[in-house]
Amino acid sequence: MMSTLLDVQNLWVRFPTRNGVFDAVRGVSFTLGRERLGIVGESGSGKSMTGRAILRLIRPPGIVEADQVNLEGQDLMKLSEKDMRSVRGQRISMVMQDPKFSLNPVMTIGDQIIEAYRLHNSASKADAYNKSLEMLEAVSIRDAERVMRAYPHEMSGGMGQRIMIAMMLIPNPEILIADEPTSALDVSVQRQVLDIMDKLVKERGMGLIFISHDLNLVADFCDRVLIMYSGRIVEVCDADKLHEAKHPYTRGLLNSLPRLDAPRDRLEVLERDPQWSEAPSVSGSE
Amino acid sequence: MLTLGSIAVTLLGLLFITFVIGRVMPIDPVLAIVGERASQETYDTVYLQLGLDKPLMVQFFYYLWDVLHLDFGTSLLNARPVSEDIARVFPATLELATIGIIFGVVLGVPLGVLAAVRKGSWIDQIARVVALVGYSMPIFWLGLMGLLVFYGILGWVGGPGRVGIFYVDVVPSVTGLILVDSLLDGNWDVFKDAFSHIILPASLLGYYSLAYVSRMTRSFMLEQLSAEYITTARVKGMSEWDVVWKHAFKNIRVQLITVIALSYANLLEGSVLTEIIFSWPGIGSYITTALLSADMNAVLGGTVVVGLIFILLNILSDLLYKVFDPRAK
Repeated sequence: MMSTLLDVQNLWVRFPTRNGVFDAVRGVSFTLGRERLGIVGESGSGKSMTGRAILRLIRPPGIVEADQVNLEGQDLMKLSEKDMRSVRGQRISMVMQDPKFSLNPVMTIGDQIIEAYRLHNSASKADAYNKSLEMLEAVSIRDAERVMRAYPHEMSGGMGQRIMIAMMLIPNPEILIADEPTSALDVSVQRQVLDIMDKLVKERGMGLIFISHDLNLVADFCDRVLIMYSGRIVEVCDADKLHEAKHPYTRGLLNSLPRLDAPRDRLEVLERDPQWSEAPSVSGSE
Repeated sequence: MLTLGSIAVTLLGLLFITFVIGRVMPIDPVLAIVGERASQETYDTVYLQLGLDKPLMVQFFYYLWDVLHLDFGTSLLNARPVSEDIARVFPATLELATIGIIFGVVLGVPLGVLAAVRKGSWIDQIARVVALVGYSMPIFWLGLMGLLVFYGILGWVGGPGRVGIFYVDVVPSVTGLILVDSLLDGNWDVFKDAFSHIILPASLLGYYSLAYVSRMTRSFMLEQLSAEYITTARVKGMSEWDVVWKHAFKNIRVQLITVIALSYANLLEGSVLTEIIFSWPGIGSYITTALLSADMNAVLGGTVVVGLIFILLNILSDLLYKVFDPRAK
């Protein structure tokens, strides 16, 4: 068994509303090693919330509860907000969906990357600048010096996302949470961005949590997959065996995908069984 | 250049409107000068002198020519050139409005940011009440109460007027701004006296701009704080203070400039009520007095100056946009 980086036990995310408490994530448990762990599910299944809850980024009035969120022996749930800040970025980082919105529009790309580095490393500006250049080159950005001086609106989506990856990996974290990192990109550049991310994650021996609603992509790209439905994990399987999944929800999702090799006039509609959301969460621990 | 062109067109429009107002007013400009008992001969002479026999278009070009030479004609009330009067009253308003807007921005912006960051907290509630009072209280009432309490009862501030009676015309007028002139002259007593006179009306005007600025700041900040790049900044491990000021605040600067420029322009028009309550010889009370005595040259001159200020502030905020927003380049 591989070494565990992150051990999440019984994670809940709750939002108090006018009509009582809404549970977005309901008792999710899983572990992450130096692997690529996919989390799939439809909109509102709690997959993004799970990622943000690990970083404790759920803003009040939202509440995060867990028996433990153990990062190499340290329970993140017990950390003060100040200590949590040294975990964010430095040990666990996150790439979000759309670089158009996730980069600050009025700061140069260079300033944003340098800032990410200098928050956790007491490096001089010149060192941070050189390090940032290196990092941009590592994500295959050509003409990195020009890009450092540019603003986000001057970048294409694919470049923006590679810049995000550079920015999030520059403090050398152990875990990267990628929250739908390619959903906003053109299909033609999706693969390129994924390959760069994959290469860097592997080289650095990091753990990757890959959140997506794209089943084929996850099956292709990840080692292990958690399938979430209404805040719970309904099934856990190896990514290459995703197409043999047993849970009716997973089967339903798979069957509702159009396929080039087996064209159909009418795609199957997912029939939801209320029992799925009642069933206890499956553990995703190795 | 496009900007220069649009400024010229705006200016021309402004002058055209003031010209038309001057011509459609049912006030005979000749009678206003010569008086009702003048002979027909005098009347005709002045009529020709004013160029009123020429076609309207020609008159408009005469008017343009005069205005471009800063000649707004002669005031009927005191027979002095209107431009001289404006040069005297405008600095008084400028001084008041500038201190007012500084007050409004220095307090209003942080209050708005704080209210947004701590949305729903007691700070937000207090900011809301402060702004609501600012919006809804009539300024003459607040002004009179302020005078009563701080001048009449407590004696902390100076009363109406720009300086006390003993200090009038003590320092030579260089800029027309008494605070600056007294400093240039090195006369501390005048400076202190002038300051004690300006502080109450300026705070009052500042309070109104604070109400507006803080509410707008709050809503701009709320919009930015829910943006995804804010999450990015938090993911990087940034402190909340830096997230707010280094990331979110940088993105509201352009919008804030618009709000502040508008608010400043409002104050620079001269708030008539404040100027009257505090016997402040500013442009607001000047135009009002002129209007009430049908002194059209003074009214139109004042209107052109106020319009010019609006145009100038617009140019200034356009220039600042380009500094603060890379996308505007």
